Amino acid sequence: MPRLSYRRALTRALADEMTRDESVVVLGEDIRVAAANVTTGLLKKFGPERVRDTPLSEQAFTSFATGAALAGARPVVEFQIPSLLFLVFEQIVNHAHKFPLMTGGQCAVPVTYLVPGSGSRTGWAGQHSDHPYALFAHVGVTTVVPATPADAYGLLVSAIRCDDPVVVFAPAGALDLREDVAEPAPVPLGRGVVRRSGDDVTVVAVGHLVHDALAVAEELSGQASVEVFDPRTLYPFDFDGLVDSVRRTGRLVVVDDGNRSCGIAGEIIATVVERVRLAAPPRRVTRPDGAVLPFAPALDRAVQPGRDQLTAAIQLTLKDG
Amino acid sequence: MTGPDPVWLYRTVRLIRRFEERAIELVDAGEIVGGIHPYLGQEGIAAGVCAALAADDLVTGTHRGHGHVLAKGADPARMLAELCGRVTGLNRGRGGSMHAADFGVGVLGANAIVGAAGAILTGAVWERRRRGADVVGATFFGDGAVNEGMLLEAFNLAALWQVPVLFVCENNGYATTMPVAGAVAGTVAGRAAAFGMPSTAVDGQDPERVREASAAAVARMRAGGGPELIEAHTYRFDAHHTFEHRVRLDYRPPEEVAEGRSRDPVDIQGARLDPAVRAEVDASVEAVLDAAVDFALAGPHPDPATALDHLYASGLTARTGGG
Ligand SMILES: Cc1ncc(C[n+]2csc(CCOP(=O)(O)OP(=O)(O)O)c2C)c(N)n1
Ligand SMILES: [Mg+2]
Repeated sequence: MPRLSYRRALTRALADEMTRDESVVVLGEDIRVAAANVTTGLLKKFGPERVRDTPLSEQAFTSFATGAALAGARPVVEFQIPSLLFLVFEQIVNHAHKFPLMTGGQCAVPVTYLVPGSGSRTGWAGQHSDHPYALFAHVGVTTVVPATPADAYGLLVSAIRCDDPVVVFAPAGALDLREDVAEPAPVPLGRGVVRRSGDDVTVVAVGHLVHDALAVAEELSGQASVEVFDPRTLYPFDFDGLVDSVRRTGRLVVVDDGNRSCGIAGEIIATVVERVRLAAPPRRVTRPDGAVLPFAPALDRAVQPGRDQLTAAIQLTLKDG
Repeated sequence: MTGPDPVWLYRTVRLIRRFEERAIELVDAGEIVGGIHPYLGQEGIAAGVCAALAADDLVTGTHRGHGHVLAKGADPARMLAELCGRVTGLNRGRGGSMHAADFGVGVLGANAIVGAAGAILTGAVWERRRRGADVVGATFFGDGAVNEGMLLEAFNLAALWQVPVLFVCENNGYATTMPVAGAVAGTVAGRAAAFGMPSTAVDGQDPERVREASAAAVARMRAGGGPELIEAHTYRFDAHHTFEHRVRLDYRPPEEVAEGRSRDPVDIQGARLDPAVRAEVDASVEAVLDAAVDFALAGPHPDPATALDHLYASGLTARTGGG
């Protein structure tokens, strides 16, 4: 079976969609030379009209994409740094997201915002290491965090085909993954997947943390049977899929590389406990409140959710009920 | 609308004038909630610019946006219904005064975030042209917007990529209560020059002068030129927003207001018409607006159960907020 790397999965999704649909265009900084190693080969194949290298004007090119979408394009906007999403939160929320409702359904804004390398990149410190997916879930913009190369391909394809804005977070912690993929295929938005079946506790893990959760589940396999649920899309969230899992296991732990207050873990737990009577209090492992990732590697790691914390949370949940 | 048609220009400024006056009555009557930002006094700019545009050219407006939407050709009755929040409105009652849009006539919306629309319009014009349509666009903004970074970024992008967008600055001397002198370092024209963008200053009170300057810029753009800027000097005759009718704010000296109001675009253009023609236009505008008010007030209010309709174009349904 062919090996597919996470980055080449993104490249292939872009190339396939650009080939399939003339309305797909890509915008971003230094994309002509594929500085982020995602848009590789696209300029040569599709030309500078559809692969537009932009000046450092995130606000303008984000809204330029909105306007192009209003006129029929399906733009993909690549951001070099996850923290740049804070600059364009206005453009995405106030305009791209609000236009369909505010105009009474006169338009659609099918823009994809692609962040290759979200979360900590180790050594890039405070202004390059954010993971603000919960902000977009909060405002109701479709948000995906693919954990695997196959999902990176499939979710990016679905994001581009979606008639609404979609933010695609490709975690730095997953970018170097490779896997055997027979034939990459679209993955539906809003559908989670059970990555490992278990009976005693459901662990929801977001993005690259899926792999940590699987490792922890394996380590604990002598003591407990851990189910790992990968939501893949954070908004709209596959609560039905998760509730099915938690109804079987009766316990819930969430591991999420976002900040704790108003984070996605809190929302996941709240919704599940509205629908399911758990056998033990749910737990979450997250970044701290107000996290700013410090530079020194040991500090950077200390602020991110880790396997030890997840192991402890699972064990507490098992002990509690 | 193309060609120097003094009657069309007059009809348009008169329509906007009376539309705004009727809208203020409806604000006072409680039929329009949230109030409006009246375009009174600035009508010549929307009319003059839109007179230079073709039907499929694109426009974005501002929070003070009724004039732009009407001049580009939206139906005044559906516009008024929108202001009244009815399902018969342009936006089915979902947008209101500050978001009125009519994609069918090329109005990609009034936009209530100051300085935000320029980049959106630039992208829309670019995409239409990529698809082979020979369109240009005009994006309106106030003097307040020239201090917004996102608008200056849009200047750069449009100029860099030679997207034919007419950036129309409606300089009415104030951003809410802040005078231009207290807010703008340098000049509006200087901002255009910094990006290599030609600019023209024009008397915004004279619809004919605005039309001429716009037509010249549009002709250059259609011939392959890049974006241009027009700075139309104007004066807002009324409040920043109708809330000022209740809360008087002290920032414009009465002499200045009197002086500003003495140059009225409706009279300036009206004087160019045969009085009989002018009276005929006035009567027909009145008839249109009478019908518009009736249409607006007869429209059904939206069903609260539909409050989330159109939130997602993809068909996604949002969870409701209830128990
Ligand atoms: C980005 C932004 N900041 C502040 C406001 C609040 N606000 C609405 S209109 C306005 C003044 C705008 O002045 P100007 O651009 O000159 O337009 P005018 O009202 O004079 O037509 C302000 C401050 C806003 N809507 N958007
Ligand atoms: Mg102003």
